[in-house]
Amino acid sequence: MSNIVTSPEHSMEGALEDAGSMGSIVKVFRSNIRQYGMLIALIVIMLFFQFMTSGTLLKPVNLTNLVLQNSYIVIMAIGMLLVIVAGHIDLSVGSIVAFIGALAAVMIVKYDINMFVALVACLIMGGLIGAAQGYWVAFLKIPSFIVTLAGMLVFRGLTLALLEGQSVGPFPPTFQKISSGFIPDVFSVEAIHITSLVLGALVSAALVYLSFRTRRNKQKYNFETLPVSLFILQNVALTAAIMYFCYLMSSYKGLPNVLIVLFILIVIYTFITTQTTIGRRIYAVGGNEKAARLSGIKTSRLSFLTFVNLGVLSALAGLVYAARLNVATPKAGTALELDVIAACFIGGASMSGGVGTVIGAVIGAFVMGVMNNGMSILGIGIEWQQVIKGLVLLMAVFFDIYNKNKG
Amino acid sequence: MSDIILEMRNITKTFPGVKALDNVNLSVRQGEIHALVGENGAGKSTLMKVLSGVYSYGDYTGEIFYQGQECRFKDISDSERLGIVIIHQELALIPLLSIAENIFLGNERQQFGVINWFEAITRTRELLKKVGLNESPETLITNIGVGKQQLVEIAKALSKEVQLLILDEPTSSLNESDSNALLQLLLEFKEHGISSILISHKLNEVSKVADSITILRDGATIETLDCQKDTITEDRIIRGMVGRDLTHRYPHRTANIEETIFEIKNWNVYHPLHDDRKVVDNVSMHVKKGEVVGIAGLMGSGRTELAMSVFGRSYGKRISGQVFKHGQEIDVSSIDKAIDNGIAYATEDRKTYGLILIDDIKNNVTLANLNAITKNAVINEPQELMVAGEYRDKLNIKCSSILQKTVNLSGGNQQKVVLSKWLFAEPEILLLDEPTRGIDVGAKYEIYTIINQLAAEGKGVILISSELPEILGVCDRIYVMNEGKIMGEMPKAEASQEKIMQVIMQQEEIVES
Ligand SMILES: Nc1ncnc2c1ncn2[C@@H]1O[C@H](COP(=O)(O)OP(=O)(O)OP(=O)(O)O)[C@@H](O)[C@H]1O
Ligand SMILES: [Mg+2]
Repeated sequence: MSNIVTSPEHSMEGALEDAGSMGSIVKVFRSNIRQYGMLIALIVIMLFFQFMTSGTLLKPVNLTNLVLQNSYIVIMAIGMLLVIVAGHIDLSVGSIVAFIGALAAVMIVKYDINMFVALVACLIMGGLIGAAQGYWVAFLKIPSFIVTLAGMLVFRGLTLALLEGQSVGPFPPTFQKISSGFIPDVFSVEAIHITSLVLGALVSAALVYLSFRTRRNKQKYNFETLPVSLFILQNVALTAAIMYFCYLMSSYKGLPNVLIVLFILIVIYTFITTQTTIGRRIYAVGGNEKAARLSGIKTSRLSFLTFVNLGVLSALAGLVYAARLNVATPKAGTALELDVIAACFIGGASMSGGVGTVIGAVIGAFVMGVMNNGMSILGIGIEWQQVIKGLVLLMAVFFDIYNKNKG
Repeated sequence: MSDIILEMRNITKTFPGVKALDNVNLSVRQGEIHALVGENGAGKSTLMKVLSGVYSYGDYTGEIFYQGQECRFKDISDSERLGIVIIHQELALIPLLSIAENIFLGNERQQFGVINWFEAITRTRELLKKVGLNESPETLITNIGVGKQQLVEIAKALSKEVQLLILDEPTSSLNESDSNALLQLLLEFKEHGISSILISHKLNEVSKVADSITILRDGATIETLDCQKDTITEDRIIRGMVGRDLTHRYPHRTANIEETIFEIKNWNVYHPLHDDRKVVDNVSMHVKKGEVVGIAGLMGSGRTELAMSVFGRSYGKRISGQVFKHGQEIDVSSIDKAIDNGIAYATEDRKTYGLILIDDIKNNVTLANLNAITKNAVINEPQELMVAGEYRDKLNIKCSSILQKTVNLSGGNQQKVVLSKWLFAEPEILLLDEPTRGIDVGAKYEIYTIINQLAAEGKGVILISSELPEILGVCDRIYVMNEGKIMGEMPKAEASQEKIMQVIMQQEEIVES
């Protein structure tokens, strides 16, 4: 049947799928459950809280809030994913968030430095911090756990020093817009934010086009594809979800600026990790550093770059965080690194490196985010929230590993 | 002769997409050496994993009778309790623990959880004596060579009161004399009534020591040959394995040798940890265009160290010397520079240095030359699939799909993936380090054919091999290395096993006196 799949069982399965019978749909579902497992879990969790909060969760105001609350975690999770895939970890991101927030506050509020200049300086500072830590890890071969544990203490301390133990704020309104701004509506209709809807439609169209193209390519090379009925269902569901989301958002204030930034980051990093040589090489380094090195890959440099990248993204997250709180405090971002790391592992990344996806990490971040938000609405105390979040992390990873072992 | 100790009936084992074993039968007599042979991916290792409980009862179908009892092992400890001990294709010793600690790992000499070191070490001494290994029980595993590690594995098996010893390619990484010592040991065990199952691709060994030979092909039993009734020749075994006669072990070679393409001059390398230990000592050698040059020598003679240090200084410290290509000095100070200069090094240790095991065949094949399928840093995936498919066909890699993870391939097929990777890098000079280790006769032939082809295309091939017949069968010219030095050089016409061994021994004598 094909030159890729040679075993008889496989071609049998293929034939069954094409027939599109009920049994085959179950089969397809089962073979995809691993890939979509976390997405399904996220949807189930959302439905659960939607029901429990009698509809509050998906109210436009709350949904907007949810996105804003989690934006900085998602931003860092994307960077963290690359670090984890390369076989390392970064415990310092929470402290970097605080430090960059403090730096921005001191520059903008205390010294009245031009905001644009301050922002760029903060991002560069993030890169430098990443480079400093990455240097110890990649070139001096000190385990990342130790280097970034040190970094966590150092930058928390520096934050305190920079702020002299005080909170510094508030920021000027333009700075706050980073986190609390919404995209302008060019159509200016009263009740609804048309631009947001149009953007949603464009994104949906692009995604459908991409999935169509992938399918055609797969067919060309005789790879298994979903039966037509399921393929259509998949795309309709995706489009519906996006449009419904945009509709909800646009009936409040429209799409937040941060969401656009998030979207762009997700697209760029998904592309880098799946389609480019540098992405492929990072996975190879995490999979087997020695073999990667002997294949001519500059393994140390790649590890170093993942830290620089995470540094810049952490700085960006720090700015968003500070803009959201509208003040820089010495305690900002405490324990944030744990949420970020948890997001990556919930999303299917492996402790030992070489495995994980950007989308997985993003979904992982929202799993945590929706639970935080939902439990808060329900009035569950912070103590039990932590217990539940901890157990969910454990279950998610267990489920993932169990599934993998089953083959 | 004697009665049956083990009988496996209708064993069937499937992995997703592959039927690795299909109604396999195997019966082993008390106190015999039973060889299990077959091509790569025939299912030998899988069958032994079923037997030893690595795959527990229920994961496979069929029955196992051992000493007349039906057995349903849940895990390895179940089978070990009955005296069935397996030594896997990949050694499973902990490098930073001592010999004694490794031997009694999981089986400690202890009371209330406190280890009795005195007893452990005394017992270890006895065991080491039995296997003929002259090392202190406190030596760390990292500090001894593979040959000795293999003996430690066997000592470990002995410590478990072994009745049936399973050895999965025990000699694939051993040199002649170590292999012989190991086989001798098996014969000794036989005297004491211990049966063994021996998996090997070295058919000369098999025909030397085996009492019976079972042949597997494509997951099915083909036949069991009784060596006591008839004399079994290697050709007879090969016929069973590949299903046809293989008239020549080495493809015919018409060498078309031109000018010198690659040259190493006064190459010195020191050990990365012991600063004053010279592992490569003033080596000079050259390869001509279209020539296959062999480096013969014992394990630890510095051949791998030479090759790796030339390949972008991937081994060693304080490296000095010059490398020339087409008469021009080239820079091989980093691996990517070496690759850019057209050098490829296919490692002897595929698991550690050769493959990204958690990744699929496709990604492994293209890894060293991603640029060839990349435009503006974006990988052309369709093209990548095609390339991987091509190499799968060309080298006959047995897999369910090129998207199969390499960790799930049989040993020989993993080796082929490593070779594919370097062929795809399109080098001018290939350093092949034990390229046929653990590879079956048919596939060896294919690899020799590929080597010939590469030479015919005008490349220079350096072949490091511990199998002298292979060196003699494939190479145009042979260097002999020992203790880090080139001890001799001879054209094919003048070379013979005796002569090569003589050159090596000569050095040993000098050292000893
Ligand atoms: N865990 C696994 N998952 C999927 N397929 C597997 C797995 N283990 C083995 N196989 C497949 O089963 C077949 C038999 O493999 P096995 O390792 O038993 O071969 P072998 O006879 O020992 O070969 P070699 O001589 O190369 O070691 C191969 O096709 C291999 O790809
Ligand atoms: Mg095997």
